[in-house]
Amino acid sequence: MVWVDQIVEGILLGGYYALLACGLSFMFGVMRIINLAHGDLAVLGAFLVFAVANTFDLSPFVALIVVLPVMAAVGWALYRGVLERSLRAGMLVPLLSTFGLAIAIENILFEVSGADTRSLAPMIDTLAYDSWSISEDLSISRLALLIFALAVVLLGGLHFFLARTPIGRAIRAVAEDADTAELVGINSRAVYGLAAGIAVATVGLAGTLLAMRATFDPYSGPMQLIFAFEAVVIGGIGSLWGTLAGGIVLGIAQNIGAQFHPQGFLLGGHLVFLAILGGRIAISAYHGRRITRPAPAAKS
Amino acid sequence: MSLLQLERLDARYGLLQAVREVSLAVAEGEILALVGANGAGKTTLLRAIAGAHPAIGGRLIFDGVDVTAFRAFRRVRMGIALVPEGRRLFDGMTVEENLLVASHTGRTGDWTLDRVLDAFPMLNARRKSRAGNLSGGERQATAIGRALMTNPRLILLDEVSLGLAPVAVDQLYRSLRSLLTGGATIVLVEQDLKRALGVASRVVCMLEGRIVLDQAAGELSRDRVVEAYFGLRHATAGA
Amino acid sequence: MTTLRLMSVERWTRASRVSGVAVTILVVIFAFGPLLFSANMVDKLTTLFIYIMLAAMWNALAGYAGLVSVGQQAFFGLGAYFAIQLAAHGLAPYPSLMVGALLSGLFALPLSFFMLRLRGGEFSIGMWVVAEVLHLLVNLDKLVQGETGTSLISLNAYTPESRRAYNYWLALTAMVVLLVLIFAFLRSRLGASVQAIRDDEEAAASLGVRVLAAKRTIFVLAALGCAVAGTLWLATSITFQPKTNFGIQWTAYMIFMTLVGGLGTFEGPIIGAVLFFIVQDQLGDIGVWYLVGLGVAAMAFAMFMPRGLWGAVEDKLGLQLLPIGYRLRVKGEP
Repeated sequence: MVWVDQIVEGILLGGYYALLACGLSFMFGVMRIINLAHGDLAVLGAFLVFAVANTFDLSPFVALIVVLPVMAAVGWALYRGVLERSLRAGMLVPLLSTFGLAIAIENILFEVSGADTRSLAPMIDTLAYDSWSISEDLSISRLALLIFALAVVLLGGLHFFLARTPIGRAIRAVAEDADTAELVGINSRAVYGLAAGIAVATVGLAGTLLAMRATFDPYSGPMQLIFAFEAVVIGGIGSLWGTLAGGIVLGIAQNIGAQFHPQGFLLGGHLVFLAILGGRIAISAYHGRRITRPAPAAKS
Repeated sequence: MSLLQLERLDARYGLLQAVREVSLAVAEGEILALVGANGAGKTTLLRAIAGAHPAIGGRLIFDGVDVTAFRAFRRVRMGIALVPEGRRLFDGMTVEENLLVASHTGRTGDWTLDRVLDAFPMLNARRKSRAGNLSGGERQATAIGRALMTNPRLILLDEVSLGLAPVAVDQLYRSLRSLLTGGATIVLVEQDLKRALGVASRVVCMLEGRIVLDQAAGELSRDRVVEAYFGLRHATAGA
Repeated sequence: MTTLRLMSVERWTRASRVSGVAVTILVVIFAFGPLLFSANMVDKLTTLFIYIMLAAMWNALAGYAGLVSVGQQAFFGLGAYFAIQLAAHGLAPYPSLMVGALLSGLFALPLSFFMLRLRGGEFSIGMWVVAEVLHLLVNLDKLVQGETGTSLISLNAYTPESRRAYNYWLALTAMVVLLVLIFAFLRSRLGASVQAIRDDEEAAASLGVRVLAAKRTIFVLAALGCAVAGTLWLATSITFQPKTNFGIQWTAYMIFMTLVGGLGTFEGPIIGAVLFFIVQDQLGDIGVWYLVGLGVAAMAFAMFMPRGLWGAVEDKLGLQLLPIGYRLRVKGEP
C-alpha cells in the first residue's frame, strides 16, 4: 500500500512543522504578536549554522550549540528593541515592524551570501538519506524520525516548563493578563523578552533542521511562514500539542497531494487547511442552531 | 515617618483628570477607609499607588523611598499589594497556581500557601479548581490571598464586597478579621459605609478627584461622612 | 435651553472646505495629464494611482472594518487572470480588463460567506491561503504556462501613446471613483456602523448594527478595488506572471503604505502611497539594498511613528482635511 508510506512521511513531516510553528504559537499566545518574520528567522538560523559549521569545520549539530543561544539573544533583542514599542501603539503595528524585519532579513541574507540554494545535508553524512526499511512499501527516514522525536521532546519540555515551573507560571500569568501579573510582582517585560527568546531559538532550530532535510535560500522564509501558520490554525490557536496535531494533518495532506501532481504538495496542504476551517465554521453554525431550536417535548 | 506618603498626586483616567493634587500620609498599622461616590477617583488613586496607573504629577513615597517612577512589580517587591477591583484572577490557572504565582517576590514574611489557605478555608477544597470556575466569594478570597502571598507591608483593597451576596461579604470580613486586627497597614475602598466605619481607624472621603474629608473614624459621625460624600455643605449664616 | 441654540452640528470645517476645493482642482489638472505631462511622468502617475487604490482598499479593510487581510493579492491576480482569459476568447482588451476586474470583485461575494466567519488570525492567514490556492490553480491553466506566464497581446493593437493615455485615464478614474465611494461610505450611516464595528463589535451589534452586512460590503468593495488595480497593472505591464500578480509582496506594499501613512484615516493611505512610490522610484535601481532600507524604514515607523505620518499630523494639529466625522461648533468659535 503506497498510501501508508505517504501517511507515515506526513506524520514525520508534522513533527518538523510542529517545531517550526511552536515559536509562532508561543509568541502569539504570550504577546498576541503575529510575527511575519518567523519564517525568515528560521532561515536566518539555518544560515548561521551553515556559516559556523563551514567556517570551523564542525557538524551542524555542534554548530547549533553556539547558534541557539545567539538566536535566543536575537529574539530577546527583537522584543526589547522593536516589538515592545510597536505593541504599545496597538495590535496592528507589530505587523508592520515584523514585516519590515522580514524584508530586511531576506535581503541582507541575499546581499551577504547570494541567491544560491544551500543545504546542510552534505554536512551530516548519511543521516541525510539513511532510512529503515520496514516493509516493501514502507521506509522511514532516520532524519525525519529524529526531527519528530526532537519535536515531541521540545513540546513536552515546553509543556512541563509552562505547567510546573515558577517561570512557566509567570509566563502563563503574563500571557493571560500582563497588568495584573505586574501587580503580583512579575516583571512582564522580562517575561516577554524571555518568551521572544524561546520562540526565536526554537525557530532557529527548526530552520536548521529544514536545511538538513531539504534546501534553503534567502527567500525561503515566506513559504515556511505560511506552513507554520497553517499548522497553528489547523491545530487550534493557543495549543502547543494542537500545533503538533495540526502539523501532522498538514504533512499528511501535503504528501498525499504530491502523489497526484507536482503542485499537489502545496495545493493539498492549502485545500485541507481551508476545508478544516470550513468544517469548523459548519460545526459552530450547527451548534448555534441547536441552541436556538426549542427542546423536544418530553416523553410521557 | 509614614509608611506611605502622597504629595500632590495627579493621575488621569483616559482623558479625565481622576486624581487631583491628592496629598495623604498613611502611618504603619493604620486602617484607612477610602470612600466616595462612583467616579470620585478612588480606584484610580489605589492603582496609582500600586503603580498600575502612571502618575502625571506629584510624588509617591513609600517607606522613605520615592517610588513615583517605579513600575508596579518593583513596588510589589517593596511591599505594596493591590487587590484590584473586579478581582482580575488568572482564570486559566488553578487557585493554587494563582496563589503560587505571587509568591516569588523575594519578600519574606508569614504568608505562605498553607497559611493563606488556612485563613480562607473555603479555598482549601477548591485549590485545584480553575479560577474561572469559582463563585464570587471564592474569587474574592483568592484575589486577597494572592495579594497576601506577596507578604506586603501595605495592602490596598479595592471594593472587595462588590458583587457579593451579603452572606458572602460577612464571611469575607470574618476572614479578613485577623488581617485587620493584626497590625497590617490597609487602605480599603468600601461602598458599604457602615462596614467601612466599622473596621477603619481613619476615613478619607474623595469627591471629583480631591480629598474632602480626612479624619479619625472615632471623631466622625455618619452624617458628616455622607455630607462629604455628596459634596453637601452646612449653610453658613449670611452666605 | 439657550445653550442649545448656541451650538450647531457641522460636517465641514474651513480647512476641509479649502482642501475639498484643492482636491477637485488637482483632479481636473490630472485629467489633462497625457496632454500636459511627459510620457515618463504619465507612466509614473499611473503607477502611483494604482498604489493609492491598493492602499485605500487595505485601509478600508483593516482600518475601518478591522479585517486584516494578508491575501488581497488574490483579487489583484484573479482580475488579471480573468482579463487574460476573456481576451483569449476574443473580447477586446480594455473591455476584458474591466469585465475581468468585475468578475474578480464578484468572486469576493461568495468567498465572503466563508471568510467573514473566520476571526482574527484565521481570517488573515485564510486570505493568504486563498491567494496561494488561486495562484496554484491558475498555474495549472495551459493558457498561463505555469510560472512562465503569458501576455495580453491584444493590447499591442494600440499605439504605446494611446495605450499609455487610456491606462492613465482608467487609473485616474478608478482611483477617484474608489476614493469618492469610500469617502461617501464613511460619511454614511453604514460607514459609521463599520467604524463602530472596528472599535467594539459586540457593542455595535447590540445597538442593532448589522455587522456582517457592513463587513461584507467593505470586503467586496476592497476586493473590487484590488481587482481593478490588478487589471490596470496588467494593462501597464502587458505580461501576466502568476508569481508576480499573485505575489505576497502586494500585501507587503499595502501594509507598508497604510501603516506608514496612517491606518484608519482617510488621508493616510494616500500619503503612504505617495511616499512608497517616491521611495521605489528614486531608490529602486540601487538593487536589493533598497528593499533592506524599506524594511528598516517600516520598522522605524512602527517604533517611532506608529500612527503613521497622517496620524502624527492629526495628533499634533488636530487637523482633519477631509471630513468624516461630525463636529459640534459653539457659535463664536472658529
